[in-house]
Amino acid sequence: MKDNFKIFVFSFCFLFLILSFKFCFAKVLSSTELIENAKEYDGKVVVYQGEAIGEKIKRGNFFWVNVSSGKQAIGVWLPQNLMDKIKYLGNYKTRGDWIEVKGIFHQACFEHGGDLDIHAESISVISSGGIKEESLDIDKRNLAMILLGGLILGWILSLFRKK
Amino acid sequence: MILKPNLEDLQNIAYYLGKIILGLGLVMFIPLGIGLFFGEINPALDFIIAIEITLLSGLILTKFCFSNRDLNWMQGMVVVALAWLLAMFLGAIPLYLSGHWNSYLDSCFEAMSGFATTGLTLVQDLDHLSFSHNFWRHLMMFVGGQGIVIIALSFFVLGASGVFKLYVGEGREERILPNIVHTSRFIWLVSITYLILGTAILTFFLRLDGLNFMQALFHGMCIFMAAFDTGGFTPNSQNILYYHSFAIELVTCVIMLLGAMNFNLHYHLWTAKRKEIFQDLEMRTFFSTLIFTFLIVAFGLSQTHIYPKTMLLFRKGFYQLLSGHTGTGYSTVYAKQFIQEWNPLSLFGLIMAMSLGGAVCSTTGAIKMLRVGVIFKALKEDLKKIILPERAILAEKFHHIKEVFLEDRLVRSTLFITLAYLGLYILGALVGMFYGYPFLESLFESTSAAANVGLSCGITQVSMPSFLKIIYIIQMWMGRLEFMAIFVLVGFLIALIRGK
Repeated sequence: MKDNFKIFVFSFCFLFLILSFKFCFAKVLSSTELIENAKEYDGKVVVYQGEAIGEKIKRGNFFWVNVSSGKQAIGVWLPQNLMDKIKYLGNYKTRGDWIEVKGIFHQACFEHGGDLDIHAESISVISSGGIKEESLDIDKRNLAMILLGGLILGWILSLFRKK
Repeated sequence: MILKPNLEDLQNIAYYLGKIILGLGLVMFIPLGIGLFFGEINPALDFIIAIEITLLSGLILTKFCFSNRDLNWMQGMVVVALAWLLAMFLGAIPLYLSGHWNSYLDSCFEAMSGFATTGLTLVQDLDHLSFSHNFWRHLMMFVGGQGIVIIALSFFVLGASGVFKLYVGEGREERILPNIVHTSRFIWLVSITYLILGTAILTFFLRLDGLNFMQALFHGMCIFMAAFDTGGFTPNSQNILYYHSFAIELVTCVIMLLGAMNFNLHYHLWTAKRKEIFQDLEMRTFFSTLIFTFLIVAFGLSQTHIYPKTMLLFRKGFYQLLSGHTGTGYSTVYAKQFIQEWNPLSLFGLIMAMSLGGAVCSTTGAIKMLRVGVIFKALKEDLKKIILPERAILAEKFHHIKEVFLEDRLVRSTLFITLAYLGLYILGALVGMFYGYPFLESLFESTSAAANVGLSCGITQVSMPSFLKIIYIIQMWMGRLEFMAIFVLVGFLIALIRGK
């Protein structure tokens, strides 16, 4: 009985190790790694990090949020409670939250028309985004002033020429 | 003996170029307004600088090279070819100043891709680009799709007969209305009407997706401009995949189809002659080649088992195909997926569709449906000649707006342009292979650039060789103008150097 229990525990641990290796990738992956090795990661739990960008797209009680790890962004499908954790979405004036998504990766999601996506199981905000400060570029302003002067001069000269 | 162009030729060319540049400068006020509206300080400055440079150039050319002579054919063609190059250099200025493009060459690539309605992009960090720069990318497509010269024709009434030469130089030969200025204005009327309708529909669907009104309006307008002008830019880096929306995909399918239609057919639709759609050789050829190439793509994709359901095959296979065939370049898959997940057969079908394009006198590039239809008609006529008795007299006709007889001259010019396009596709593919890219990828990207499509299999990126970027720029330029204006420009330059 005791031996059977040991065999059971050993088998369970072995299977857990094998299966967790096969179906879950604990290493943080980039969008390029996921897109270029989509077949390998298809249907598996992946960990993906990136900046939440653009707009949140609402679909019933779920949302799409696109997460960019640098070169490319991947759509993440997540419920309302996970969406609530994301405060900032990146655009020209905003730096989006840098988030870590753990979820099931799909090379061609049957539920979403064949999109390459991640269905989030959990997310955590690694670093919070915020509003970006924009300061006037003095060099550009000076160049604009010089060119304006040139344009007015050119216009005046053209008037004389016409006469 | 080659005659050297005289000072009057140069003066005339410079004057008309100046007019077109002034028109471009005025168009740049739109993104400036957007920048000011959204409170984007530095992007607004980028456009002020670009406007000043553009207006100053236009002013110098129009005032110091003033001419009241009409354009001849040679001058008209040279004006068009140079106007597109100048538009690229000037349109690239605000892009370069934004800091989102690595070099001025990359900005020029983007500007030519925009004006030529290609859609290949070298932008970096697109998701953080300002509204004004992003709008300018799409506006370039809208302006280029209708024709840069068309703007000048519509807003500044240039010389009387000279305008037709400029119109033809931009790759359009058909008049919709007897007067060419009225034709240009009709093209704008069609485009603006569809712009309002299309933007309203897209904005509605984006509002349903939870975007606020301004975001939805901005995205809707940008998507419409790039879809109707068969361009392919989008405001975000994931292209149409960004929206994860079947509704947006369906609406863009309709807009892409409208953009690929001949403006002449739009005129007939507007004047309640809807039967034309089913009678016209172009539309018949388009639907035949669309079905044929889709069968190839669908068969190829079915071998890969990636999209086993019909809906998946439609949203991934048919959408990319329609986008490629109409020369739009909208995509719902990543560039690398084409190479890694689509097999050579499906890619071949897609390349074939890209190489064919839409209608003449539309906003698409590539060989175009009328030419494909004419070639098939000519082939049919030749076969009939072999089969029928020698004394039989054959007169092949086809319907394109009106009944047209198939003449040898038409077939010859059609074959010449078709061969020129095929040569252009091969040239880009050869250069790509020279840099070590595989054959299929090189051919895909080259066809996409030369046919002004914009789908990418991953070659087009910032790190690609500069010479390849220049080749793609030339391909986009030649593909959009349909060769003649550029051949004349080359002849003009030779005459300028070697002429007596």
